[in-house]
Amino acid sequence: MSAPILEMKEIDVFYGPIQALKKVSLHIDEGETVSLIGSNGAGKSTLLMSIFGQPRAASGQIVYRGTDITHKSSHYIASNGIAQSPEGRRVFPDMSVEENLMMGTIPIGDKFASEDMQRMFDLFPRLKERRNQRAMTMSGGEQQMLAIARALMSRPKLLLLDEPSLGLAPIVVKQIFATLRELAQTGMTIFLVEQNANHALKLSDRAYVMVNGQIRLTGTGQELLVNDEVRNAYLGGH
Amino acid sequence: MSAAKSTSFDLKRSLIDTILAGLISLIVFGPIVGVVLDGYSFNMEPTRVAWLVAGVMAGRFLLSLFLQTPKGQSILQGFEGSGSGVHVLAPDYKSRLRWIIPALIVIAIVFPFFANKYLLTVVILGLIYVLLGLGLNIVVGLAGLLDLGYVAFYAIGAYGLALGYQYLGLGFWTVLPLAAIAAALAGCILGFPVLRMHGDYLAIVTLGFGEIIRLVLNNWLSFTGGPNGMPVPSPTFMGLEFGRRAKDGGVPFHEFFGIDYNPNVKFLFIYIVLFLVVLAVLYIKHRLTRMPVGRAWEALREDEIACRSMGLNHVLVKLSAFTLGASTAGLAGVFFASYQGFVNPSSFTFFESALILAIVVLGGMGSTVGVVIAAFVLTVAPELLRSFSEYRVLLFGVLMVLMMIWRPRGLIRISRTGVVPRKGVAP
Repeated sequence: MSAPILEMKEIDVFYGPIQALKKVSLHIDEGETVSLIGSNGAGKSTLLMSIFGQPRAASGQIVYRGTDITHKSSHYIASNGIAQSPEGRRVFPDMSVEENLMMGTIPIGDKFASEDMQRMFDLFPRLKERRNQRAMTMSGGEQQMLAIARALMSRPKLLLLDEPSLGLAPIVVKQIFATLRELAQTGMTIFLVEQNANHALKLSDRAYVMVNGQIRLTGTGQELLVNDEVRNAYLGGH
Repeated sequence: MSAAKSTSFDLKRSLIDTILAGLISLIVFGPIVGVVLDGYSFNMEPTRVAWLVAGVMAGRFLLSLFLQTPKGQSILQGFEGSGSGVHVLAPDYKSRLRWIIPALIVIAIVFPFFANKYLLTVVILGLIYVLLGLGLNIVVGLAGLLDLGYVAFYAIGAYGLALGYQYLGLGFWTVLPLAAIAAALAGCILGFPVLRMHGDYLAIVTLGFGEIIRLVLNNWLSFTGGPNGMPVPSPTFMGLEFGRRAKDGGVPFHEFFGIDYNPNVKFLFIYIVLFLVVLAVLYIKHRLTRMPVGRAWEALREDEIACRSMGLNHVLVKLSAFTLGASTAGLAGVFFASYQGFVNPSSFTFFESALILAIVVLGGMGSTVGVVIAAFVLTVAPELLRSFSEYRVLLFGVLMVLMMIWRPRGLIRISRTGVVPRKGVAP
């Protein structure tokens, strides 16, 4: 496809003395679904958060649509079309579904709010049923849907998802991934960080495999699905 | 309990409740009331204990019977069903407050005609605490930043008036906005270093800030007069003074309008201005909670990481909460100083901070109406109960314990009207 929407060049990230990311480079093209898989503590979430500048990359460069965003503030990045659904969902527990969605419009203002909210309710019919319910009283799957919908409310050009399958029942994970597929078909660029390699690889156009803060492998989703190393390490060898 | 059974009383349960209550009251009252010190010895007085215990048991029995009636059942449900968290109302919900607010305004207008000076001063004090409660409510209730040094901003407002008069010759009206700005700046200065702190750490730092301000006021003898305090000028109305004789050959208020001199007019004036300011602050707070910044405060209270991941500028949000809260306290301080006619550091101890915090907690974190009610309960009630002043703190304690049992989320449950997004405009 066209030029990369996001490109990370040789990113180093440190937590104090510990190096979490070592010279990581990757790129995401417009309209692509890219996933990043890896085991616990490989640095997947760190990579995602470093796009938002939290933590900041110690060296290297992050280029988003031709602009260097390595040292930009989080709210600059958010208001320029990158949205994320954070790890562990993190919906606002005491706010209703509608209010949570309204919070998502903060980066761009609420001019499209009611139109976008309607789109979210079409995408996630469950949320419509619960529009006035407080987020903390909903199930994990519904909260995950809400977190994704909230991220989409800022009309992002690039959607970052951190472990959307975390702590969810297999059937709910299936539903979530079906919705993500739907979303990808509308042309949304998605960057997905997952431990559930099977689902993630089936969904993605391309994928990266991360081990100990480094990119070990890369290829299309199909290639990696049949790759022996990946199968043994992340797909339980079946 | 089934419908058929609810008409007949479950006597056995009531009796068990009664006996339990009797035993507890025996344990509580026995040593306190039954043993009376007499010089170095003591006398046993079992009859007094018996009367008290009998009273408690009778009361518990009647309460138990009442709670089994349909009406009692519904009251009980009201208490137990209070649940936790915020209650979200439909966007078109019309609150009963529509009727209560105009009624309260009418009462507030009519009130001074019937009140004597003492009652007027009590209500002024109540309104000052309403202002303080509303300000702290933004910081603690909405933004969730526990501030134990809130009294510092109150002191800045009060001393702003006293010092401004002493050194710059400023009057009430000039200082009123200036004090709000000064307190807001102080809020900003405190806000910057504590941006990265949460919970306990934040509480300690703000507590320290409150004490620093008080200690500076107490020890800077040459500038603030130290513990001796400072005089504060009376407010003026369009340059007219409320004293019997005006200074510097001016015309006092009562001569200008050709009425008899009345020392209450000064307090009446403070009352009116204060009431208008409280109304304005209430309105502003009401609007703010519906604006994006109000939602951002609540979001910050609920989940800071989520806020940051959505690109909310948390620095701006936290500072705005601190600044607005502080400026409200600055306003309250100006009113407090002119109402007292004198300021001294002993009015701004940690106990005041705790009292204001108690107002916010009792009122229900984030609930405006609750804060107003709690402010009046906690300031006016002790004044009215002066003859029982020894038991005032006990009353506080009992109130707190009862609240925590039955209304852990405050007197008035926070209810937020749901958001109606604006009509979409196609790009």
